[in-house]
Amino acid sequence: MNFFTTIQLVFRTLRARKGRSLLTILGIVIGVAGVIVIISLGAGAQSLVLGQVTKLGSNLLSVQPGKSNEKGPPAQVFGIIVSTLVNNDITALRSTVQVPHAVGVNGLVRGSASVTWGSKTVDTNFTATDYEYPHVVSFGMQSGQFFGQAEDQGATNVVVLGSTVSDEIFGGTGVNPIGQVVKVRNASQKDAGGIPLRVIGVITSRGTTFFQDQDDQVFLPLALGQEQLLGIHYLQAINIKVDSAENVDQTLLDVNAVLKQQHHVKTESDIDFTIRNIADAVSILTTITSALSLFLTSMAAIALVVGGIGILNIMLATVAERTREVGLRKAVGASKQAIRNQFLLEAGTLTSLGGAIGIVVGAVVSYLISLLMHYLGYDWVFEISLTSVVLAVGVSILTGVIFGLYPAFKAAKLNPIDALRYE
Amino acid sequence: MPLIQVTGLEKEYVNEGVSTPVLRGVSFSIQKGEFVAIMGPSGSGKSTLMHILSFLDRATGGSYAFEEKNTKDFTDDYLAELRNEKIGFVFQSFNLLARTSVLDNVMLPLLYSKKKNQEKLAKEALEAVGLSHRLNYFTNQISGGEKQRVAIARALVCDPAVIFADEPTGNLDSKSGNTVMYILQQLNREGRTIILVTHEQETARHASRIIRLKDGLMISDEKVTDQVLAATDKDLVK
Repeated sequence: MNFFTTIQLVFRTLRARKGRSLLTILGIVIGVAGVIVIISLGAGAQSLVLGQVTKLGSNLLSVQPGKSNEKGPPAQVFGIIVSTLVNNDITALRSTVQVPHAVGVNGLVRGSASVTWGSKTVDTNFTATDYEYPHVVSFGMQSGQFFGQAEDQGATNVVVLGSTVSDEIFGGTGVNPIGQVVKVRNASQKDAGGIPLRVIGVITSRGTTFFQDQDDQVFLPLALGQEQLLGIHYLQAINIKVDSAENVDQTLLDVNAVLKQQHHVKTESDIDFTIRNIADAVSILTTITSALSLFLTSMAAIALVVGGIGILNIMLATVAERTREVGLRKAVGASKQAIRNQFLLEAGTLTSLGGAIGIVVGAVVSYLISLLMHYLGYDWVFEISLTSVVLAVGVSILTGVIFGLYPAFKAAKLNPIDALRYE
Repeated sequence: MPLIQVTGLEKEYVNEGVSTPVLRGVSFSIQKGEFVAIMGPSGSGKSTLMHILSFLDRATGGSYAFEEKNTKDFTDDYLAELRNEKIGFVFQSFNLLARTSVLDNVMLPLLYSKKKNQEKLAKEALEAVGLSHRLNYFTNQISGGEKQRVAIARALVCDPAVIFADEPTGNLDSKSGNTVMYILQQLNREGRTIILVTHEQETARHASRIIRLKDGLMISDEKVTDQVLAATDKDLVK
């Protein structure tokens, strides 16, 4: 029997056993698609998390008030307010002699604000910061500009809008936000009139970083935010951008020295600030996402095993029937070779078909998930690992072929009449 | 030259060290063109003998020569060839492929042969048993009698030298059984050798010779003097 006839025979047999064939294919599709989706999810999550941190900025040190474990949460999380981080610290840290590798030093305070333009009021957040903010955090301007040194020192009444706020207020009106005057007040001062501020810039959309919508905020000059909105004289954080990764550790020591001096620290227990290296956060996150990936890969392996057991189940259920069928074929003149070819081709066709469908389903589902993530504002990478595909398809085909051939082997040992009477 | 020659043929089954002899030394020969019935009570070894003669099973002792060649040296592949080209087997329980059409069932042996125009040959075989109108029906859509006729068409399709039939009417009503016997007699008249196994005297008398077995041994081998001729049904079969 030539190859072409065997193929015809195989398709006829598969059609005669539609139910069983579909179940076998389903088992393989689940296994293969499961592996592909799961591993793709792991890769996407990992690059998302790492991407988030990279977006925040690499080579960053963050100084926060209050002593706490560098690897743990900041003191503010526990409701402790420490007011020893001050504006003079920023000036001291900008010294090129004492902290030579810093390319940007930036202090900030944050809070919630209401922004009003005409009859529209929008509730949002504010960040009050200085002109070196763009040197530390990377972003682009959609229009206008950020405050420069002049505005900063003069505490001029200007504001820069995040893209979401700008759209909420000016979107659809056809009015250019630049030059417009909006009123900004602390969200808790609902009855106050608000400070009139001139819009000088709108920031390009940055998306969501660590579950914070970077576009849903406004930026005010530091002194204005401190005094007029929060009524404080201290800082909530100082961020420092280092020129390169190698100098981060040294800069940490430099900053430590400067601040100890500024705060008149004599013993270790007097330290009232914490310096965090963003790189540490990256490595912790990498460890977490790697563990997550490992866990997901185990899930994928289980998916494969389940699929494999499904195939095994179906094949075993039909062993008796197929053995009798082999007996009949031998009785009408099929040679051992012909039987083997038929069963091999049958199993091969089923598993290849299942594998192909599984790959498509897995890829489509992964893609849909990545679309969903993009819609939610995350920078999700759609990635299909070739290893996962090869692994999944390989295991599925192996399982299908071995268990598909089993009846053929069983019947080959028997005389046709014994195979025909097999139960 | 005898088509089939058996001498002291033996078969025993060994199961977990216990050996059960089924055939204990049977000897006879069959010429081309004969219609032989092998009879005997249950357990006489008649089906086992039939399976050995048709190469579905192998003897454990004695000798079997087919077309004057000793079958002991036949390889598995050669036996497969013989089953395809020289033998046609009709089973008591039909043994058709489920969920497969009548035509595909009859074509099955052709798939393993080198013959050309396979569909044409299958259709001709079905015509010979009067089932041209059932070509595309599936096996679960036809009656028992029709199933057996499909089985006969399948047995015929490669133009075999011998047709073996194991209790072919055992699962059929008398009318269908009669049709089957008519077809077998017709095939014999056309020159084919027919070897039939049955435990019914009435069925055996359709043959021209009866070999009787008991307890694995041949007890008689006689020509049939009062042969029964199955009634024709002119519309049914050509």
